[in-house]
Amino acid sequence: MNKDNMHALLSKYRFQCGILLLLLGLLGLFLYVSPQTFLHRRIYVAFMSTIPFPTLLALGLTLLIVAGELDLSFPSIMVISGLSFATVSQTTASPFLGLLAALVTGGLAGLINGVIVVLIGVPAIIATIGTQFFWRGASTLLADGLALNMTELRDTTFHHVMVGRLFDWIPMQTLWCLAVAVLFWFLLNRHIFGDDVRFIGDDINTARMMGIRTDGVRIGLFVLMGLVSALASVMVCLEMANWWPTQGEGYLLLVFAAIFLGGTSVFGGQGTISGTVIGSIIIGILEAGIISAGLSGYWTRLIHGLVIVISVSLYAMAFKSRRR
Amino acid sequence: MDTILKATSLNKSFGPIHALFDANLSINRGEVVALIGDNGAGKSTLIKILSGVFSPDSGSLQINGTAVNLRRYSVRKARSLGVETVYQERSLGEKQPLWRNVFVGRHLRNPLGFIRVKKEKEMTLAMLRNSIGLKGVGISADALVGTLSGGERQGLAISRAMHFNAGLTILDEPTTALAVGEVGRVLNFVRSIAEKGNSALFISHNLHHVHEVADRFVFVNRGTIVHQCTRAEMSVAALFDKLEQLSMAPLTPDEQR
Repeated sequence: MNKDNMHALLSKYRFQCGILLLLLGLLGLFLYVSPQTFLHRRIYVAFMSTIPFPTLLALGLTLLIVAGELDLSFPSIMVISGLSFATVSQTTASPFLGLLAALVTGGLAGLINGVIVVLIGVPAIIATIGTQFFWRGASTLLADGLALNMTELRDTTFHHVMVGRLFDWIPMQTLWCLAVAVLFWFLLNRHIFGDDVRFIGDDINTARMMGIRTDGVRIGLFVLMGLVSALASVMVCLEMANWWPTQGEGYLLLVFAAIFLGGTSVFGGQGTISGTVIGSIIIGILEAGIISAGLSGYWTRLIHGLVIVISVSLYAMAFKSRRR
Repeated sequence: MDTILKATSLNKSFGPIHALFDANLSINRGEVVALIGDNGAGKSTLIKILSGVFSPDSGSLQINGTAVNLRRYSVRKARSLGVETVYQERSLGEKQPLWRNVFVGRHLRNPLGFIRVKKEKEMTLAMLRNSIGLKGVGISADALVGTLSGGERQGLAISRAMHFNAGLTILDEPTTALAVGEVGRVLNFVRSIAEKGNSALFISHNLHHVHEVADRFVFVNRGTIVHQCTRAEMSVAALFDKLEQLSMAPLTPDEQR
């Protein structure tokens, strides 16, 4: 490989390199400040049990954002799908049927978003603010505002397969999340669906002129986001052995932050799966790092904010994305 | 002579505006036809019908001698029948690499729909070297379209149509907003379409470019085709005179209503 190729390769992957360096830098800093925490396996097992949930959501949302759409309703799609899961698995005593019910619920909620945005023509930001309230409200109403206990699922095979501990230490949700990441990477980079998604986000009129069935692809993306939300919700319910009416509420902004931290363009047309995964990990380890460094929990939000603003500013300078 | 496309009495209204009125057009194989007319004459309505963007209110269309069902006609269908449109903008995805732009909507893929990326990049590179003449160092199939000049973009879009062997390439103002040196290259691309035995429909406001490249001129005025002639019959000056005469002509009683 000659020097030119090397340079081209580096510049092609400069954002991935940058964000990977940020992750390694943060880990190095945490190791230096609190070696007693970060030199032990336990903290990493904890990360692997919590980070996959927002990462799954971020993967689905990345595809939507690349297509120039967005979805603010996924925390609420989570909660209504989780309620389906809890109810069906308790009444039928089959958590697998519960999973199917959750996926159907999530897929339908996604389909409704897609129809409102694509066929009726309401901008995604407005439509999904609306459905976000609706599904949250519907879940609270249906459950009478009460949480549902799901401890009876703890010893089922289903539990072990979804969120068990492989070799008694690797959380299964990490493997599921990696599998989804690989699948979505192929979808975005090697499949015609991903190609359509990129051109739609780039310029939807160009996409139409090139004969892409833009409506179908966009609706499909909302459905996919619904399915991913449902899967995340089922895993959260299993991990916590509980369903509660405010499930997912904290995820919204963190998931967006992870995606933009990962270098996906807010203007659509461009985005990377690897960036989203690394971005999610960074967001996920910050809090633990801050607390174990001896700072009070009050610092976490401030530092989240700093990391996000500084890194997206660096992207903006590199991409020269100022509006003119 | 062998006809690639034949449109018969096309009509199209937008509300009260009769944009296209009994328009007839036929294009022969290996011929470059120029569509000439003032702004609002109906040129773009006509090409949008031919390329499948608009559906006409009435009329018929034959491509390669076969009647097309205009109710089911779409951009996708047009492309599959070999009618390819190169718009001034909107033909390329700015933030996408060249190879994706060459194959968008028509990727080489395996039965599961996965794209054969390596093969596509090789074919893109060959296309860049041979037909567009982008031989510069560092040009790669992974370069983004946003880094190309206006002429290179037109070149890419036209070579794409040629690569997929489009029987008819419709070019909407391909030379507007180009640097002087690039115009010549784009006009050469248009000529090379005809040299390969395919046809082109060329829309431009610049009558010098039109005269340089087209075999036949078709004048559109007030939504219908009013005059046709070959290059041999008309000089550039005569083209200007004819266009001016048409746009100054008084309205017929029917149009005044």
